[in-house]
Amino acid sequence: MNKTLNQKAWWLVVPVLLLVAFNAFIPLMTVVNYAFQETFGNNEFFWEGTTWFEQVLHSERFHAALGRQLMFTGMILAIEVPLGIGVALTMPRKGPWVSVCLVLMALPLLIPWNVVGAMWNIFALPDIGLLGYTLNSMGFDYNFTRQPVSAWMTTVLMDVWHWTSLIVLLCYAGLSSIPDAYYQAAHIDGASRWAIFRYIQLPKMKRVLTIAILLRFMDSFMIYTEPFVLTGGGPGNTTTFLSIDLVKIALGQFDLGPAAAMSLIYFLIVLLICWVFYTLMMRNEEQ
Amino acid sequence: MTHPKKWLVPALYILFLMLPIYGLLAMSFKTTGEILGGFSFFPQEFTLENYEVIFTDPTWYNGYINSIIYVVINTVISVMVALPAAYAFSRYKFLGDKHLFFWLLTNRMAPPAVFALPFFQLYSAIGLFDTHVAVAIAHCLFNIPLAVWILEGFMSSVPKELDETAYLDGYSFWRFFIRIFIPTIAAGIGVAMFFCFMYSWVELLLAKTLTSVEAKPIAATMTRTASSSGYELGLLAAAGSLTIVPGAIVIYFVRNYIAKGFALGRV
Repeated sequence: MNKTLNQKAWWLVVPVLLLVAFNAFIPLMTVVNYAFQETFGNNEFFWEGTTWFEQVLHSERFHAALGRQLMFTGMILAIEVPLGIGVALTMPRKGPWVSVCLVLMALPLLIPWNVVGAMWNIFALPDIGLLGYTLNSMGFDYNFTRQPVSAWMTTVLMDVWHWTSLIVLLCYAGLSSIPDAYYQAAHIDGASRWAIFRYIQLPKMKRVLTIAILLRFMDSFMIYTEPFVLTGGGPGNTTTFLSIDLVKIALGQFDLGPAAAMSLIYFLIVLLICWVFYTLMMRNEEQ
Repeated sequence: MTHPKKWLVPALYILFLMLPIYGLLAMSFKTTGEILGGFSFFPQEFTLENYEVIFTDPTWYNGYINSIIYVVINTVISVMVALPAAYAFSRYKFLGDKHLFFWLLTNRMAPPAVFALPFFQLYSAIGLFDTHVAVAIAHCLFNIPLAVWILEGFMSSVPKELDETAYLDGYSFWRFFIRIFIPTIAAGIGVAMFFCFMYSWVELLLAKTLTSVEAKPIAATMTRTASSSGYELGLLAAAGSLTIVPGAIVIYFVRNYIAKGFALGRV
């Protein structure tokens, strides 16, 4: 749509700007304040420059948490995206089953995050949980509170359970915008199943899929509540992701300087990756 | 091109989704003795005791009321302020519009863990700590950008001739906006409200940080019970099961728009 130039449109944006800025700028400035200064309480601040940043960037603890975070995000994207596309492709297009599928699939998205954690905790308890009991009685040695591998498996499985539906719903929306005539034409041409996917369905899903991956990247990179309730970051530190580590430093040890510096670095990483994504997405759209 | 066994994939996927929920539900109907006694697929001594506790103890049911209050306030504020802004983004070019739009989205990317402590200080300083309004306004941080994003998509799919005809007919901007434009994009508003409801309902970190007693959300009540009273798994399961209900009701009403809303109206 061609838009008209109208500077007065700013007035329509002002309420949004005020509310979001109130929530974004003031807390962000607080974080910046702590990141560059040392405080001993009583509102006395001493300039520290980039000390905290150097400390965080060189700390092995931060590297380890970042590594775990990247591995976690990579793993869930590698599972959720193909699975989501697969389910979306096989979902019914018409009839009463469509709403049944949609309602049931969307259910995990609407459960409070700590309930998701608690639910999976109960589900995976080795002696009395459905999953834990079944695995153990099948002969697997499974205990997510003690074994790092089990803890990782459970955390990843929980995230797949929680969020794959988002990708399914987005892809489904993309697919349902394809007119029937396309399929009929492909059928007449004798196109293979793969050709239909590659040349008709995938291009139509590209845009929604980008949004889905972007949302999943952001949210999984910021994940806190679910693994915190499920494993508490353990056993040891094996499932301590960036947010969990940050809260441990800021509220557990009350090391405000390093915590603030870490917050800023963390935020910048998310921002940078999203900006690259967003730019690529917009460039694609213009073509 | 339809494969006869095609329905198996979504069916198995839904089964996988339902299993943990079933585990939670089954546990909520069990007595503590049965839960700790060992694994059972069906509740052996079916009991409603856990639900009774929740519906008679004010510290429990107030948690639900508090959550619903701030979620509703947040949804109303977010959509009300997002409507005119989304209109501006979809219809006009103005100084810095693209940068502003991206900046709005960056707030969706800010990890709540980063903001927890400063939020606590900010809302304490202005005397809003432990009120429903505080949580409602704090959740605007990520819900307003989302609402603007979704509504902008829906508005862009409405042809501009609608606006122009109305102005020619002598409508003022606000009269046109409220009488004609809002009814036209009612579906989009429904979807935006659904998403605001959803993200505000599931968020816990900020809601917990900004409240202590008066506005304590149900999710926070649950975490405290889990740690303080030891192993009351049945009660925890019942409380958890009840948190699914509001979402399920909302989702049932908007089921036809969800998929469209995720696609942000412009696939």
